[in-house]
Amino acid sequence: MPTIRHPKDFFAGLLFAAVGAGAIVISTRYTLGTASHMGPGYFPRMLGLLLGVLGVVLSLRALRLRGEPFAAWKWRPTIVVLGSVVLFGAIVTPLGLVLSTIILIVLSSAASAEFRPREAVVASVLLAAVVVGVFVYGLHLQLPIWPGTK
Amino acid sequence: MELLNHLALGFSVALTPVNLLYALTGALLGTLIGVLPGIGPVATIAMLLPTTFTLEPVSALIMLAGIYYGAQYGGSTTSILLNMPGETSSAVTCLDGYQMARQGNAGAALSVAALGSFFAGCVATIMIATVAVPLSEFALNFGPAEYCSLMVLGLVGSVVLAHGSLLKAFAMVILGLLLGIVGTDVGTGTARFVFGIPELADGIGVVSVAMGLFGFAEIISNLESTEKREILTSKLGGMWPTRAQFRQSWPAVLRGTGLGSVLGLFPGGGAMLASFASYALEKKVADDPTRFGKGAIEGVAGPESANNAGAQSSFIPLLTLGIPENAVMALMVGAMTIHSIQPGPQVMTTNPALFWGLIASMWVGNLMLVVLNLPLIGMWIKLLHVPYRVLYPAILLFCAIGVYTTSNATFDVMQTAFFGLIGVLFVKLACEPAPLLLGFVLGPMLEENLRRAMLLARGNALVFVKRPLSLAMLSLAVILLLLIILPHFRKTREQAFRETDS
Repeated sequence: MPTIRHPKDFFAGLLFAAVGAGAIVISTRYTLGTASHMGPGYFPRMLGLLLGVLGVVLSLRALRLRGEPFAAWKWRPTIVVLGSVVLFGAIVTPLGLVLSTIILIVLSSAASAEFRPREAVVASVLLAAVVVGVFVYGLHLQLPIWPGTK
Repeated sequence: MELLNHLALGFSVALTPVNLLYALTGALLGTLIGVLPGIGPVATIAMLLPTTFTLEPVSALIMLAGIYYGAQYGGSTTSILLNMPGETSSAVTCLDGYQMARQGNAGAALSVAALGSFFAGCVATIMIATVAVPLSEFALNFGPAEYCSLMVLGLVGSVVLAHGSLLKAFAMVILGLLLGIVGTDVGTGTARFVFGIPELADGIGVVSVAMGLFGFAEIISNLESTEKREILTSKLGGMWPTRAQFRQSWPAVLRGTGLGSVLGLFPGGGAMLASFASYALEKKVADDPTRFGKGAIEGVAGPESANNAGAQSSFIPLLTLGIPENAVMALMVGAMTIHSIQPGPQVMTTNPALFWGLIASMWVGNLMLVVLNLPLIGMWIKLLHVPYRVLYPAILLFCAIGVYTTSNATFDVMQTAFFGLIGVLFVKLACEPAPLLLGFVLGPMLEENLRRAMLLARGNALVFVKRPLSLAMLSLAVILLLLIILPHFRKTREQAFRETDS
């Protein structure tokens, strides 16, 4: 049983190989066409094949080459940062820019190890005023300021 | 004389109050994000793309361009005072710039960087203006086969110049091309890789990909590391370089400008490559290379001139051939398409005011940047004192608003968050995202031209080597690849990146 000596390359390779294989499988549903009249399936199948081969080579090489191990994935920043942004996208129209800004700033500040709640609240209020000024009054973007104004 | 007429037209556009205002906004924003570590021009331009929709096309491009070269000015400040690159293209400036700051010479380092950048910016602007006309005329002869080969060359270039593993960079390009063709196929109307999601029928937005991979992923990785940084602001020293420092710097500025202007033209090139190459060159031509890393002023003057020259000359392939050569230019394609301008050699003739206005604005913008960065340096230093824990939520907010306003849809925000997640994964797997973004933008163009070329050649793939121009470009791509596989060059490349990574 060969050992994985270069985990970063190995898993990157697996990922590429999987996406490549997936692309080939999905594009069999599209017309292939001929070399002179390429159908919608021609180019993706070409790319899928290339990506798959690259992925396999990368993974196989990772059994031989030596590389650093994975850095641990600290989940808190990922979840908090992306979660608060998605939440913002969902609430900005019903709740308006001011409230959603305050929620986004306070929530996302919690991703930092140096989180200070009071500072975050103050910053959020200031930023809410800034973005309303810049985006709504300055750039005339179609964003509601308060709940129910749209 | 024609050149003067063109420039006169350009300045008449660039000097209108509105466009001056947007050039200033771009320069300010560029300096701002250049100074701030953890947010780069790619994420910023992506963030502002949607808001430029309401602007005149020329104003939009002037502002976005200003962000890119403005970041080259701002980036040096952070490198010199913080020993941490504000921008990747200022990474080498840390080596000698920070040492100069420790020796109490920060002021001189900052002003040499700004003045060198200004000189480089002026030269690059003149160069763009002179080569644009002949290059565009040349490019009008390109058929689909030439375009295909040119894009392949561009993609190979971005692979060769990416950090880290070549194989991975290649795979990232292919992945980008695949992501690029998601959506409705123009030729047949077939919806490809849409997984039943109606929003994907129009394809994935470039804003989402760029902001997710470059903006969100960067913030998350920064939050995971808990490095402390120390700011050297107590002893700026005199702002003016001494006579001796001046004498040492100006040849480096000239070399950096020349090198940067040329390297900016190459596919995959631009600001970052230019600064790395310039540092290596300065070290090579110096009488005493051991001074480098200990506060040699040439090590600041050369790379800082080179990155600005490179940033500006990388506009040439975009403006004349319609081919973006780095991630920032890929976004400029996005900006042009928002305003339904098809990038390519025809822009100069169909839209001369826009074309020359943009070029003239670069000179105006550079002038503003010197003012912004020298007398106002104190303001930027204060900004460095703002802790990251306050800064990143604000960046996130601007990103979120930027994405949301692309089409006022929650879906875009979710899509961006998805690419953010993928971006973090790429960081963990040590996969550089820049080649992916380039592939993503070029995907649809490459497929379309490939189809057309093959149709015209009746399915004979030899067309790509039969046409001399196409053959030349493909050969260049092969040579680039061979160079990198050859052990000697490979070692130099790895070394160049390692020096700046540590």
